[in-house]
Amino acid sequence: MSTAAVAHKRPSTLRGARLPSWSPWAIAAGSIAAAIGIGAAAGLHSRVQWGVIAAILFVLATYGIAARVEGRRQAKDRVATSLVWVAFLLAVVPLVSLIWVTVQRGVKVLDVYFLTHSMGVVADSQPGGGIYHAILGSLEQVGLATLIGAPIGVLTAIYLVEYGRGRLAKAVTFFVDVMTGIPSIVAGLFILSLMLMLDMQPFGFAGSLALAILMMPVVVRSTEEMLKLVPNELREASLALGVPKWRTILKVVLPTSIGGITTGIMLAIARIAGETAPVLLLVFGNQFINANPFEGAQASLPLYIYQQYSNSAGANAAYDRAWAASLTLIAFVMILNLVARGIARWKAPR
Amino acid sequence: MAKRIDVSGLTAYYGSHKAIEDISMTVEPRSVTAFIGPSGCGKSTFLRTLNRMHEVTPGGRVEGKVLLDDEDLYGAGIDPVSVRREVGMVFQRPNPFPTMSIFDNVAAGLRLNGNYRKAELNDIVEKSLRGANLWNEVKDRLNKPGSGLSGGQQQRLCIARAIAVEPKVLLMDEPCSALDPISTLAIEDLIGELKERFTIVIVTHNMQQAARVSDRTAFFNLAGVGQPGKLIEIDETERIFSNPSVQATEDYISGRFG
Ligand SMILES: Nc1ncnc2c1ncn2[C@@H]1O[C@H](COP(=O)(O)OP(=O)(O)O)[C@@H](O)[C@H]1O
Ligand SMILES: [Mg+2]
Repeated sequence: MSTAAVAHKRPSTLRGARLPSWSPWAIAAGSIAAAIGIGAAAGLHSRVQWGVIAAILFVLATYGIAARVEGRRQAKDRVATSLVWVAFLLAVVPLVSLIWVTVQRGVKVLDVYFLTHSMGVVADSQPGGGIYHAILGSLEQVGLATLIGAPIGVLTAIYLVEYGRGRLAKAVTFFVDVMTGIPSIVAGLFILSLMLMLDMQPFGFAGSLALAILMMPVVVRSTEEMLKLVPNELREASLALGVPKWRTILKVVLPTSIGGITTGIMLAIARIAGETAPVLLLVFGNQFINANPFEGAQASLPLYIYQQYSNSAGANAAYDRAWAASLTLIAFVMILNLVARGIARWKAPR
Repeated sequence: MAKRIDVSGLTAYYGSHKAIEDISMTVEPRSVTAFIGPSGCGKSTFLRTLNRMHEVTPGGRVEGKVLLDDEDLYGAGIDPVSVRREVGMVFQRPNPFPTMSIFDNVAAGLRLNGNYRKAELNDIVEKSLRGANLWNEVKDRLNKPGSGLSGGQQQRLCIARAIAVEPKVLLMDEPCSALDPISTLAIEDLIGELKERFTIVIVTHNMQQAARVSDRTAFFNLAGVGQPGKLIEIDETERIFSNPSVQATEDYISGRFG
């Protein structure tokens, strides 16, 4: 028998039956339709329940159909893929809906007037007013916190990665780990206890100190990771040129990792920008513009949102302002993220 | 300004692990000395003790003497940073600084040490790149990143970077093992030229390379896994390859080993 005849008789062992590429979409559409049917028939009202039913149907149907047509190994592969997709949607749906709601409600009163005026002459239940004082307070408090927290954090990370050996380094790592877990209200209470000892009234910088405490461990962790990514060969190349270690760190290690370090700092800033608890304790909030972070109560964006919501006795105007302030805060954090990405890309070693 | 190296009774540790034991040898100025031997016998470790890079590794420790001309590199009051300016090093994998241009890479040693005159810098960079046989290939793109070069060019860039600070001795740890044959040839030619000005020590896994480029060859070996590496013999390269005085050397060179 010739080999050609054999090849004719046997199916190829390399190519199996494949589902068409549109099949996942078809299965998804089918399971959603079925879920709506089941949900309506069983009288389930929650959309969440419908979604869960659809997701389960989608995974099961994918496995069943793929196992039929393609075999069990491919079916497992498809189930894994569809689980990843379901997990992705589960993560994205709340995020998108959160941003959607915030934008929808926030744009109502968000305009130039809102951004450039304080609540000085407006009662919480009245329309009008703005968040200028809160933006100013947030920028000053977060800025000062960054000025304190970022350098200490970066220097600590440099110590841990480049110099740290033995007990002291272990102790520092341990305390950084502990600090990472400090609830923000505890950091606020810590500063508050100092303020009470010194008999001080709330002021912006006290909030900055608490925020700096919260920021430091985050900066240490991210900077440490970035420094560890710098190949040891670069350090050795520099040392072998007769460059002292501190200059090697300053001129070779840091420039190589500066993109990642800045990204880490930006993300840490974004994190503390939304902290409410310590600001509530230490900065207190203020209807008026107070540009001096070292004296007198100040406002801040998260605090403003909280107080508009809680002090307004259900007035719609206050709710609108709270949403608009939330939108501003989210926008601020997003811009920081974008800037961080930009810097990381711009500074990435080529 | 090449200098002689005189090593006596040198032992090096990684923590409690003794990597090399009791090595003594002389490296002549203006010559190429090759180190050969099986993997793990401590060639790199020994090389790194010659410019005090060994102690950069956590736990790295050295006993014994290394005389550079007449000064003990491990003597009291010796600054390892100054030692490394006199004894330069080229590594196995080309490692140009990724954030710097070609020009800045070559100028890095001078700039980072801060002892140079601006007017000289262009000349020194050109001279070093010419010295590394790279000038013609990169003179039109000195401001491009060094990592855009081919592997062989990057290695020559690293050599240019090392010779730009005018060391007396140049240590090379398997400089060609990551390169193709053509680039290897270019670097071997370069080594032949560089020995007019520097004392050169090169670690290689390639017997033909040792035979081609070196004047003297040292053979290292270790008694077994976990044992410290030792110097078996050092002699004129011709003698090592034709008529070595130790049986183990002959076995290693002829491939009848272990
Ligand atoms: N960083 C290190 N830490 C601990 N031991 C090491 C380190 N580098 C090398 N060694 C050990 O030292 C010995 C010699 O290694 P090395 O000098 O790299 O040999 P070679 O270069 O001849 O292959 C080996 O046993 C190796 O395991
Ligand atoms: Mg080696």
